[in-house]
Order: sequence, then C-alpha cells, then structure tokens
Amino acid sequence: MSSDLPGEPLLECRNLTKQYRGRPPSRLLARGRGPDGGVRPAVLDVSISLARGECLGILGESGSGKTTLVRCMSMLEPPTAGSVHLAELELSALRGQALRQARRRIQVVFQDPYASLNPRQSIGSALAEVLRVHKIVPGAAVGGRVASLLDQVGIPAGWGNRYPSELSGGGRQRVSIARALAAQPDVLLADEAVSALDASVQAQVLNLLRDLREQTGLSMIFVSHNVHVLQYLAQRTAVMFGGRVVEEAAAEPPPDWQHPYTRELLASVPVIGQPLTRFGTAGASAPARHDLTGCPYRDRCPLRLDRCDQQDPELAEVASAHRVACHAVVAQAAKGPAS
Amino acid sequence: MTAEKLTVRDLQVAVRRTGQELVRGVSFDVEPGSSFGFVGETSSGKSLTCRAVISLLPVGLQSRGDIFYGGTRLSGLSTRELGGVRGRTISMIFQDPLAALNPMMRVGDAIVQVLRAHDRPGRGRARHRASAEGAVELLERVGITDAARRSRLYPHEFSGGMRQRVAIAMALAARPSLLIADEPTSALDVVVQAGILRLLDQLRREDGMSLILVSHDFGVISGACDQLAVMYAGQIVEQGPTIKVLAKPGHPYTAGLLASLPQHGRTTPLVPIPGSVPDPASIGTGCAFAPRCHLVTDKCRDAPIPLLMVAPGRVSRCLRWADVREPVSPQPSGEGRHTVVE
Repeated sequence: MSSDLPGEPLLECRNLTKQYRGRPPSRLLARGRGPDGGVRPAVLDVSISLARGECLGILGESGSGKTTLVRCMSMLEPPTAGSVHLAELELSALRGQALRQARRRIQVVFQDPYASLNPRQSIGSALAEVLRVHKIVPGAAVGGRVASLLDQVGIPAGWGNRYPSELSGGGRQRVSIARALAAQPDVLLADEAVSALDASVQAQVLNLLRDLREQTGLSMIFVSHNVHVLQYLAQRTAVMFGGRVVEEAAAEPPPDWQHPYTRELLASVPVIGQPLTRFGTAGASAPARHDLTGCPYRDRCPLRLDRCDQQDPELAEVASAHRVACHAVVAQAAKGPAS
Repeated sequence: MTAEKLTVRDLQVAVRRTGQELVRGVSFDVEPGSSFGFVGETSSGKSLTCRAVISLLPVGLQSRGDIFYGGTRLSGLSTRELGGVRGRTISMIFQDPLAALNPMMRVGDAIVQVLRAHDRPGRGRARHRASAEGAVELLERVGITDAARRSRLYPHEFSGGMRQRVAIAMALAARPSLLIADEPTSALDVVVQAGILRLLDQLRREDGMSLILVSHDFGVISGACDQLAVMYAGQIVEQGPTIKVLAKPGHPYTAGLLASLPQHGRTTPLVPIPGSVPDPASIGTGCAFAPRCHLVTDKCRDAPIPLLMVAPGRVSRCLRWADVREPVSPQPSGEGRHTVVE
C-alpha cells in the first residue's frame, strides 16, 4: 500500500473549532487563534481529511475533543468556526432540508448500542424505517433489503422481528452498523464503537468493520482511546490532545511516533507479557492547558521550549505522510533530516 | 499488620430468591505479599468473588463456602465482627472512586474519619491533629503533591485519576494487609492508569501487602500480577503463574481471548470466539464453554469438568488442555505469515 494519501478528500474539515460555553474569543473567529484568555474550545482549529475508501483513526484520551470533532464532522453539532466539506458540498453552509438530505451520506455508530436503538422497535423495523425515510429502495423491496443488511453484518435474516433486548451487546452493535449501512452512506463514523464490548465480541465487530472496508470500499472514521484497536483497523491515525491534532501518520510503514504526548501515551499502554516497570512514566500527569496561547501539552512536556508558552505549534511534515505539531520535534527535524 | 494467606474454598454466590448460581465453586489461595489477578468478561463472576471475600455482596445475593485469612474464618462472621476486618485487615477499592467518596466531605476529613475509626490513640484535640497529619501523609504517599492544601478540597475538585488516588489513600488508612482492587483503572485514561498500577505495585512491595486485582484487561493483569485466574461463567477455568499462562494457555477460552485481542504489532486477522457469554440460567451440567469451543467432545457436555493439573501450580478446567493452541483464522490473510497448527 502506498503511504501517500490516495485521491481527493471525501470528508474534510477546515480550521474547525467548536466552543461549548460562553462567547468564543473574537480574534479566534477572525483568524484561527489569538492570545485571548477565553475558554478553550473543545476542538480548536482542526483540519483533517478522509480519502475515499480510507479508514482514518482518531486516537485520544477523555477530554481530547475526539468525540466533539466527529459530532461536528457529521453535522450533529454545528461548528463554531471553520467548515465541513463532503465531496463537493459544504455541509456547514447547508440548512434545513438540504442538510437533512446531505446528512444521510454520513452515518454514525455510537458506543452504546442499547442507547442508540429503540427498545420498543424490532430490529427489522428499525432498518426498514431508514430505508423508507431515505427512499433507498421501492416499498416492495424493503423486506428483501432488510434481510440482506442483516446478513451482511452476520445476523440471521430470520431475526428481523427480535427486539434489541433479545440480542447480546455485540449483536446490538451489529444492528447499529446495519442501520448505518442501510442509508447507503459515503462515510461511516464510529465513535468508540467497540469500547463497551467484551474482548471476544469486540473482535467480531472489528473484523466486520475491516471486511466492510475491504469488500465494499466503505470510508470510515474510527474514534478510539485504544491504540491497539486503531493499529488493527486504521490506515492513518490522528492523535488528539487538548482539542488539537498533535500528530498524524499513515499506518504503513509503521510510523516512528514523534510527539512527546504520543510517546507518553504509547509507553503507558499495557502490553501483554511485559512487566509493569516497562510501561508508564513517572510523576503526576498535568491536564491539558485550557488557555489559548501556547501548546496544550507543555505542562508535562519533557521537550518544552520557551516558544511553547507563546505559540501553539502547527502541524508540520516531518516525514512522508507524517505530520507533528511540536516546536521541539520540528526544530530537531529541520536540523538533521530524519533517517 | 503483616499479610497472611487468604484461602477461599468452594465459594458459591447465588441469587437468594431464585437460587440461581452466579459464582459456582471458586477456590483459590493468595500467598502473603503476592499479587493475584482475576481476569474475565462481563458476568464471569470475578467481581462477585472478590466482594464475597469481605461480605460486600449486593443485596439479594448470598454466598456459601469457606474463606480463611490466616487463622481467621471470615465466612460466617457477624456484621460486627466483620467491621473489625474490613478496612483494618482487608480493604477494597472500586472502579468508580466517586462512589467511595462523600461529595460533601473534604477528602482530608474523609481519611481522618477512617483513621479515627480504626485507631484510638489519645483523645480530643491532640488526636485530631495527629489524624489530620496522618491524612496528609497518606495523600503524599499516594502521589498527591501539595497534599496539605489538597486535603481541604472536595472530591469534585479532583480529576478521575486523583480521585482514585484519594480512594486508595482511604483504603490504606488503617494499614490493611490485603487490598482488593476491582477494576480500579477501567474508567481512567491509559496514562493515568499506568500511574495507578505502579502506585499499587509500589505500595504492595513497601508494606508487604497482598493484592487482588480484578480486570477485564489482560495487559493490566499481565503487568501487575504474579498469579492469574481466568474466570468464565462463574468458575475459574484456568489458573497459574501469569507469565506461564499467557505464554501457553491451557484452556481454549484463555487462548480464544488472547487470539481475539488486537495486540501490539499484530497484523494477522483477529480470531473472535464464536457466540457470546452464556446466560447463567442456561448453563448445562457440562463445560460452560462447550457451545463456543472448537475442541469440544461429547465428554465435555456430559459431566462437570474438574480443574486438572497442567503443570506444577497450574490448573485448567479442560479435558483437552494438552491440545490447546492459539486459534488461527480459518481464512489465512494474504500475507501467509502464519501457519495452520494441527
């Protein structure tokens, strides 16, 4: 597989910012970011794109802004600033009927399938509803399509009249995926879609998603806090911290992660068969900085420079298809080209 | 207090009203000063087993079986007698530290309360000052910097990881010799998790305390525990030294779990375990894993399977333990990197 980004972006956000509380600092809206002392937005000036047929992974811990980013990219929430583009459409400029129609093309699978399925609706009826609302197939063909969708996610076609409570967690998540696929989306957004599942069942759903990508060319953004899950599924991974994308790299060849946060994160992941002393870093972990100037990671960064206090680092290319937002790493890369 | 050996024999936990068994005959020993890990999926009975040890079962459940800590028989103690054991001898921390902390009480005061409940040196003001200093010391010990100031904060003013550290400080206040930690890091981010696990390990070594750690994460148990018990459907299906069990599992469920996990550097396809965890009501007389097992024979379904000795100090509840291999995908990936075993 080529490590270059394939083709035109299918789904893209440009300089996307989402602020939940209070008024956004005016200068932020004017030109990306400014030195105001306002509330730091959940997502700050993020530009990211998904190519057709690609699986993009978004990695981050709680509060990093990964879920907010996905909600904005699916236009479940309007961004405070910046724009979202789906192929030729600017989603963030659409309203009303036009937005509703465009939204069909992006479907979301959430973490808890029991919360996202109606307990009083049979799973067959939930799928049929999607087919009818979006007029995917003629009325007479709905039953057949429901059966084939269930088959596609590995649920016996005869189970259409069962209810979510009659299915296991993995079964419910398959139904959520089938319901997302029913709308024939261009993009599937999966937000921690396997995090609530037990290990043995998680593998079933991960394999299903991987098969769908390989067989149908489904484009996907997969959000997770689990490094290993993304290593298995994603062709490219963006790491988020404090509302920013701090590093982004293609999965092949396995990247040499450079950002000090990514390195800390990877060092903290327990690896089977490794003793405790091998993972984790000493010392208390400072939370992300919530001011608008400077790098959100600087409080616990071993590479901290003076510049990190004043200027939020931008993503810069350090290798082919590998971008890092860190003053220290970029300065190092500029001095001596990475081998 | 020095740690003693915990011995649990044929522990059963059942729903009082229906008699339905959720933990079905669990026996294990925790050697003094060692760390023992329970790993298993949802409803495997790992949490109930640990709660039963200090009689903290949810309402409506009852336990049977023998539990000894050193020379003391814990099973059958009255509530009053148990009060002397809980906290002082055996302490427990849970997944959600907020549930263990009183939201209306400064964390320092909460720790003082524990100190005063268990220690009775002196009276009045001197005693209170001693306790307050003790609380600050404990907070420092669990890695909370600026402890004197922070002891006056309320639980909501701490982050999740810091709250868990406070809960650990509380659990350690009466210097227990056995700490039971039930998914203590499952709600935390990995960077914070690593800190908590290292803290637990350090405290165990410094105090000679024994640790029982419950987790659904093989990686966590693998790093933190000498001994490992894998639970499935209310039973221990495999037990032994952690490194040996993970290197060569002796039960198809353990092997299946490992094969289904996305792991570091893994490129071969995941091999899920077919089916899902059984409903406790539908478990037959034979092996509970039989319906999902690729090694199943008729004998597996006929009668309960005892724990069989696989190697010294290692047991497996599988008749075909010698045939257990890491399962491989039925459709080899294009890379042809793995060979088909058997």
